[in-house]
Amino acid sequence: MSSELETAANPARLRRVVIEPLSRVEGHGKVSILLDSNDHVRQVRLHIVEFRGFEKFIQGRPYWEIPVMVQRLCGICPVSHHLAAAKALDQVVGADRLTPTADKIRRLMHYGQILQSHALHFFHLSSPDLLFGFDSDVARRNIVGVAAEYPDIAKQGVLLRRFGQEVISVTAGKRVHGTGAIPGGVNKSVTRAERDELLKDVYQIIAWCRAAVQLARRLHLSNAGLYNSFGAFRSSLMSLVAPDGGMDLYHGTLRARDNTGKIIFDKVDYSRYWDYLTEEVKPWSYMKFPYIRSLGADAGWYKVGPLARVQNCDYIPTPFAEAERREFVDFGGGQLVHATLAYHWARMIELLFAAESIKELLHDDDILGDELAVTGEYRERGVGVIEAPRGTLIHHYRVNEDGQAVRANLIVSTTHNNQAMNEAIRHVAKRYLNGRKLTEGLLNHIEVAIRAFDPCLSCATHALGKMPFHVELIDAGGQCIDTLIKSSHERCP
Amino acid sequence: MSLSPAAATGMAPVLLIGIGNPSRGDDAIGPLAIERLEALGLPATELLTDYQLQVEHALDLIGRRVVVFIDAAASGTVPFSFKPVIPAANSSAITHALSPAAVLETFQRVSEAPLPDAFILAVRGYVFELGATLTCTAAANLDAALQMLISRLSAAYGGETGYGN
Repeated sequence: MSSELETAANPARLRRVVIEPLSRVEGHGKVSILLDSNDHVRQVRLHIVEFRGFEKFIQGRPYWEIPVMVQRLCGICPVSHHLAAAKALDQVVGADRLTPTADKIRRLMHYGQILQSHALHFFHLSSPDLLFGFDSDVARRNIVGVAAEYPDIAKQGVLLRRFGQEVISVTAGKRVHGTGAIPGGVNKSVTRAERDELLKDVYQIIAWCRAAVQLARRLHLSNAGLYNSFGAFRSSLMSLVAPDGGMDLYHGTLRARDNTGKIIFDKVDYSRYWDYLTEEVKPWSYMKFPYIRSLGADAGWYKVGPLARVQNCDYIPTPFAEAERREFVDFGGGQLVHATLAYHWARMIELLFAAESIKELLHDDDILGDELAVTGEYRERGVGVIEAPRGTLIHHYRVNEDGQAVRANLIVSTTHNNQAMNEAIRHVAKRYLNGRKLTEGLLNHIEVAIRAFDPCLSCATHALGKMPFHVELIDAGGQCIDTLIKSSHERCP
Repeated sequence: MSLSPAAATGMAPVLLIGIGNPSRGDDAIGPLAIERLEALGLPATELLTDYQLQVEHALDLIGRRVVVFIDAAASGTVPFSFKPVIPAANSSAITHALSPAAVLETFQRVSEAPLPDAFILAVRGYVFELGATLTCTAAANLDAALQMLISRLSAAYGGETGYGN
């Protein structure tokens, strides 16, 4: 299934285009495109720098500090790392079954994170492209343009995000750097006052989420030709599902389907994920390429995240989201939907699922309980898996008999989607860039494909001094013949 | 939850936001500044810290008289610069973080409340690797920056906020 555009036959004789949002510290994405003398695309690669130095960062630390420390890996989804680490360390402290209070408070925290992350992605990162068009006027194609023309959408995006953060604050203790999940459970329950405060807003939140699904669906259906074909490719998919096959983003077993929907594996205990998944290293990329072991590297890569999850589960256990899932499945007409832009529609279905799940958990008195944590027999290994906003997140730790971390392995969602994102941009480059003079609008098509996956660029720090988005066209001799600076649209001859 | 100016009732007129990751060397300047300011018990002031700025920080600006974004700077003036900031759209295409100017822009678009006076206190940092500690030079830069900040806030807003009392 690997694309023929991964490696060109004679790269030294081709022109190179680099799309690079340069970042001061680390963690940046870069797209390189090689063109021949007729402007035909010969090679396309997405390079993303993965987390670096994490093992060293946690080595020697006591295991109970890890759920707090790992939040410093990622500024955009610290709660996902917090919970994945806590789940791994549940195994270390022998907490095979959490109390109902701990389980439900963690779920509440997780769905707060899903809600705020999905809202940010759709309303603020992707809606400008989707509402105005991929090559519309760049001066308007941003959230300011959306706010001017669709003021309610911009406001709802902000308020949905804030509500998700309030849920996190109530369950984790703080909006950021929370400490709610600990090995074996949680360290605080929810008070009645906190619960009642959230309940005041949750029905409005659900209404906005329902409208958001309708908007994403309408955008897809109103231009189905484009949405179905843009960056579309067939692949396997993988996610956690509940024991009964329902959608569960907090806990479950691993299930994978091939590109026709046939089950590859199911009910897999994630604590031995390496029996089913392995990773390939490619010389041109810092980030590894995971694949399903039984299928091999060429055929075994897969996608994760909303588009995978909505189609991998048998049903969604909340009524409004389940109705929307059925609409989505019907749209596929008995086939899996592989359209890259369908990630947005699927993401909004999950947004609604998260909002409904929050409502149900808020009505459950278990979250007010005081049995917060359990322990059992100490073990020296723990694996935690969670469905983070962007997809499956694996945390794997080894600790010694003194309770110090000696080894860590993380496979983040963006790594799982590495090959899939490369495939998407190759399809887009071939379809839209071949033989054409490059413009900002055309290059934005590449970004639109990447944004659908919402990759995490290890963006744990954002001090002042970042460079603007930068595109360079370099000839075979290494000379810069064209530059596009996104912030000001400057071009140099 | 509300975006209306009425939501500002009872808000402290001064907001100081420290931005950065405490585990990335000099990127800790923002959160450390907030820790130090917390110990001073400043009047009429709310202190916030976060890894990075996002759209929801626009809501934190409602009802403020003045807001200062305190962040590490990878380049520029030593030991720090203190400059006003005005609303402007984010220029980056795929980043998950906003600039202070973009937070102000979002605020203007989603709220009818008056825009606060806004400043960036950019403290020069040097090392930003995961697991690194604050450098001595950055610590000294932070000392100088905080001294200036307190005195500026006192002089400019002392009467309204109780600074300097």
